[in-house]
Amino acid sequence: MNTTVLRVENVRKTFDGRDAVKDLSFELGSAERVALLGHNGAGKTTFFKMSLGFLTPTEGRIEVLGAQPGSDKARASTAFLPESVAFQRTLTGVEVLKYYARLKGEDAKKAVGLLERVGLAEAGRRRIGTYSKGMRQRLGLAQALIGTPKLVLLDEPTSGLDPISRQNFYDLVTEISANGATVLLSSHALTEMEARTDRILIMSQGRLVANDTLENLRTAARLPIRLKVKSKDEPAEQLADRLGGTPVNCRSVEIMCAHEDKIARIAAVTSLGSMIDDIDVHLPTLDDVYKHFSEKAHHEDRTGGA
Amino acid sequence: MLQRILTVAHQEFRIGLRNRWILLSVIILSAFSLALALLGSAPAGTLDVSRMTITVASLASLSVYLVPLIALLLAFDAVAGEIERGTLLLIFSSPITRSEFLIGKAVGHTCVLLLALTLGYGSTALMLTFTGGGDTSGFIDFARLIATSTVLGFAFLSLGYVVSSLVRQVTTAAAMAIGIWLVLIVLYDLALLGALVADSEGFFASSVFPFALLANPADAFRLFNLSALDANAMVGGMAGVAESLPFSPIAALVSIFVFAGVAMSGAILLLKRVSP
Repeated sequence: MNTTVLRVENVRKTFDGRDAVKDLSFELGSAERVALLGHNGAGKTTFFKMSLGFLTPTEGRIEVLGAQPGSDKARASTAFLPESVAFQRTLTGVEVLKYYARLKGEDAKKAVGLLERVGLAEAGRRRIGTYSKGMRQRLGLAQALIGTPKLVLLDEPTSGLDPISRQNFYDLVTEISANGATVLLSSHALTEMEARTDRILIMSQGRLVANDTLENLRTAARLPIRLKVKSKDEPAEQLADRLGGTPVNCRSVEIMCAHEDKIARIAAVTSLGSMIDDIDVHLPTLDDVYKHFSEKAHHEDRTGGA
Repeated sequence: MLQRILTVAHQEFRIGLRNRWILLSVIILSAFSLALALLGSAPAGTLDVSRMTITVASLASLSVYLVPLIALLLAFDAVAGEIERGTLLLIFSSPITRSEFLIGKAVGHTCVLLLALTLGYGSTALMLTFTGGGDTSGFIDFARLIATSTVLGFAFLSLGYVVSSLVRQVTTAAAMAIGIWLVLIVLYDLALLGALVADSEGFFASSVFPFALLANPADAFRLFNLSALDANAMVGGMAGVAESLPFSPIAALVSIFVFAGVAMSGAILLLKRVSP
């Protein structure tokens, strides 16, 4: 269980004197589901290309199952789905899948069975030109599942997919890791990943600014909880006087409070009894957590540089 | 290794069939060659030359224009197109090597060309046979034409791969491919002709010109095919040159192979430096 599938040590990559990735260090164990988050240009794709051996780190090193990225051993156990891939429109799903299976030296007939797993069994004989974006993405995922990869790298696999397709996609990811593969997927949206990953890495400006479980990140961020209280008849100003907080429209008051104070604040609200019409509790969303970490890093970067 | 090369070759051939490249090439080749055969059969009556042979002579000139064009159009997308579609990332993250990939493409595209040439020129050979112009030596001429056209095509495929590995944008690769065609097929001959007119007796005509013909696979192809036809004198054009050459016509054929080999090696070296 605790074998290291991907080891990244002090990696730095410079393009024309600018650091695209710097001081990057982390490890992935087997069968982990890890999300790599970062804004556009944070260095995610550069990192993927280095893990595949397409780019060489300027400093530091990366190991895939103890081997150099791009070596035969590393390539044989790594699967990859690029951010945007457009398969030949005139070929069918089956033809594309067989092609990649043969390139990987795997059984082409067995690979076709993967189409069923991604829900393309019936569409497999049709030309890719007729596929929807979600279907093309699922074909890409089927391609990444050929053979039994130990490490599956997915670069923004859900960008441009509708919510239902995303859910299906994450179900598949869960299935892959249940079969023993480590999955590292990148994204710039956090909300969709709730409870879908074991660990979250956040990159900002080429640096790793967070590496923990979602729960721990949320606690560490110490973001305030937002309570929205709606009064029955009382004007919002009066309610704001009693509870603290700021009136947001004529009937509602918004209260920000720390995680520890949540129960006390709610108790204070409920003690007003009949004056209260409704109460909403907003936990910080994943996007808030993500924003917190990436802005913090950005800020430190600037003060550090000054 | 062989399996991966054949996999890529097979896929390229399938794509060639599917996107109607082969169909289009066959139509163009057979349309032009039938037209040349029908128009070109007029003088054959007065000269004692087989209709097939004289048609092959005109088809050799047709090949010089069309085959490099078809080859370059097949090849320019090979690397740049896969980069742009993102599929090169996928292909090179599998255990295939860069040279296996490019050789596979070349094998596939050469088969596409061979099929198009066989069907395109073959239809003309059949037409001549059915109209009573067929003879054994004529069929040999046709076979030689198809084989050497394929070699010429391979040379230009390799050149197309060089261009495709050199730039990352398909549109740039396409523009460069057309540029190469224009320079090597049209402007090169015009320049040679101009130089020859300016200096018809001197050093250029005797020492530079024949080797300048060898250096360009299209001219080498024409040289080899026209001198291989017995009908040299009747075919006219450049054929007379063949006798005054300081080397055997086989050198012209070898030169095409050397050109193709160098271009292909260059393309593989360039591809090894490409980051998909």
